[in-house]
Amino acid sequence: MAQTLDQLLDLVQQRLVALWPAPWQPWVAAFLGAAAIVATFGGLFALTTWLERKGLARIQNRLGPNRVGPYGLLQPIADGLKMLTKEDIVPRAADQWIHFLAPILKVVPVLLAYSVIPFGRHLVALDLEAGLLFFFAVGSATEIAVFMAGWGSRNKYSLLGAMRAIAQLISYEVPLVLSAVSVVLVAGTLSLPAIVDSQAGHGWAGLANWHVFTPWGLAGFVLFMIAATAKTNRSPFDLPEGESEIIAGHMVEYSGFKYALFYLGEYLSLFAISGVGITLFLGGWRAPVAWLDWVPSYLWFGAKLLGCIAVFIWLRGTMPRLRADQLMNFAWKFMLPMSLVTLVAAAMWHATATWTFPGAGLWRWVLGAALLLLPYRALSRSLTQRGRLGPRRYRFAD
Amino acid sequence: MEPAAFIAALLALGGAVAAVSLRNLIHCALCLVLTFFSVAGLFLGLGAEFVSFAQVMVYVGAIAILIVFASLMTRDPGADPARVPEPRAIQPWPLGLGIAGAVTGVLLACVGSSRLLPDVTAPAVAPSVRELGQELMTRYVVALEVVGLLLTAAMIGAVVLAVREPRPLDREVGR
Repeated sequence: MAQTLDQLLDLVQQRLVALWPAPWQPWVAAFLGAAAIVATFGGLFALTTWLERKGLARIQNRLGPNRVGPYGLLQPIADGLKMLTKEDIVPRAADQWIHFLAPILKVVPVLLAYSVIPFGRHLVALDLEAGLLFFFAVGSATEIAVFMAGWGSRNKYSLLGAMRAIAQLISYEVPLVLSAVSVVLVAGTLSLPAIVDSQAGHGWAGLANWHVFTPWGLAGFVLFMIAATAKTNRSPFDLPEGESEIIAGHMVEYSGFKYALFYLGEYLSLFAISGVGITLFLGGWRAPVAWLDWVPSYLWFGAKLLGCIAVFIWLRGTMPRLRADQLMNFAWKFMLPMSLVTLVAAAMWHATATWTFPGAGLWRWVLGAALLLLPYRALSRSLTQRGRLGPRRYRFAD
Repeated sequence: MEPAAFIAALLALGGAVAAVSLRNLIHCALCLVLTFFSVAGLFLGLGAEFVSFAQVMVYVGAIAILIVFASLMTRDPGADPARVPEPRAIQPWPLGLGIAGAVTGVLLACVGSSRLLPDVTAPAVAPSVRELGQELMTRYVVALEVVGLLLTAAMIGAVVLAVREPRPLDREVGR
């Protein structure tokens, strides 16, 4: 029974595919996978806009949307209708083609990125051998979209916003990829389903063998999530669209549905990157303890994803926005060295996996933690030394 | 030839032609991005998954952005009316022709010296990512390290060139 429930989506897909003549079947299977991804995460996008508005309202002691439907649950539909019926304004001086293509190029790569994420047992659209690399490769295509939006609008605010956004995207891609590489180092594979399999089994006290329960995994997970926040342009790293200074950055000249596409692309990339974070560090679709294994795997994935989204909403409600120089200093002087240290700690963990003497597990933990905490302490002390924190000097603008 | 490979090849050629013939520099850069993507598609069609994704990540994610930023940050000297165009020491045309000729010659020599069709008797096995990594870490480790060193040196050089030390006056004023 539990197994049937676990494979329910797979079985439904097989039944649906079997209805078609044999030469069409691969196409139908691909279409069904794509349709399921678009429908699920489109729906999650609608739900998340509501959740985010409600959550932020709670944090700020407000009520949030409560007019449309019970608890304001139909608010996303109202928003969508508003976006669809709004006038689509294109500036006369804008580069028509680039302005038109940018929102599409923002959404399509993100949807492609979903194809390699395992949402459950056997529930992955494309089991690529270099799946993680595919994810980062399609993710890097959105930088071009941001540039096209900023340049094609022919507006100084959009261009400034785009340059800020691209600088941020490139800077935080380095720690993001490096912290993911530490998992690749230990798991020995680039395929995401295989990385989930490398976290199978249960260790001490029935706790799962997730990578986040190791010293390097915990550090890597935190670094990955910080870099993911910056990559998806969310508060406290949302200064490319800082509305108090450059209005909405590269999206300033977009209205109506094109703006909605940018919005959609940002949320979809948030879900995708959280999904990869879950796959890399939080055991993917695996249950945290052995006696909960009967819960279908996709439900575990969904629960973890909703948890990640809750953390992102919480962060947005509590953190002030960074300044541009703080953003860059944080990326290059803290995130990059720390992700390199994490990589070394992961290598140590991998090298000591063969230790068998009594107390080896404890020693590995102590060594790994020391390898991470000492550089962290030294780094944070040197960065926050008295005299280092002062008023900002504008090197290129004074 | 498979239809997908044919389309990718056509797009690559079209993008390349557009990249050298369009008037608008940014359009040229974006057409070059199209070419990069199509070449990645060609790699994918040949079964070189890893190379294809690395192509997208490096060329589209980094090099295209670099090209675009470079064209945004550099000024058009003709736009400044106060600037008198200096007489050039070397005419650019022969230089460009020479470089293009040299590159074409090397490519032609490579194509000419290679077999046109792959050896059918050899077993065609697409190397896995693991094998690629092992080869890179054993047989080609010197090349890998040299490339890494070169890139690091280039990056440090770029930082040294770009960072302008604050002038002493600023320090006194304490802005």
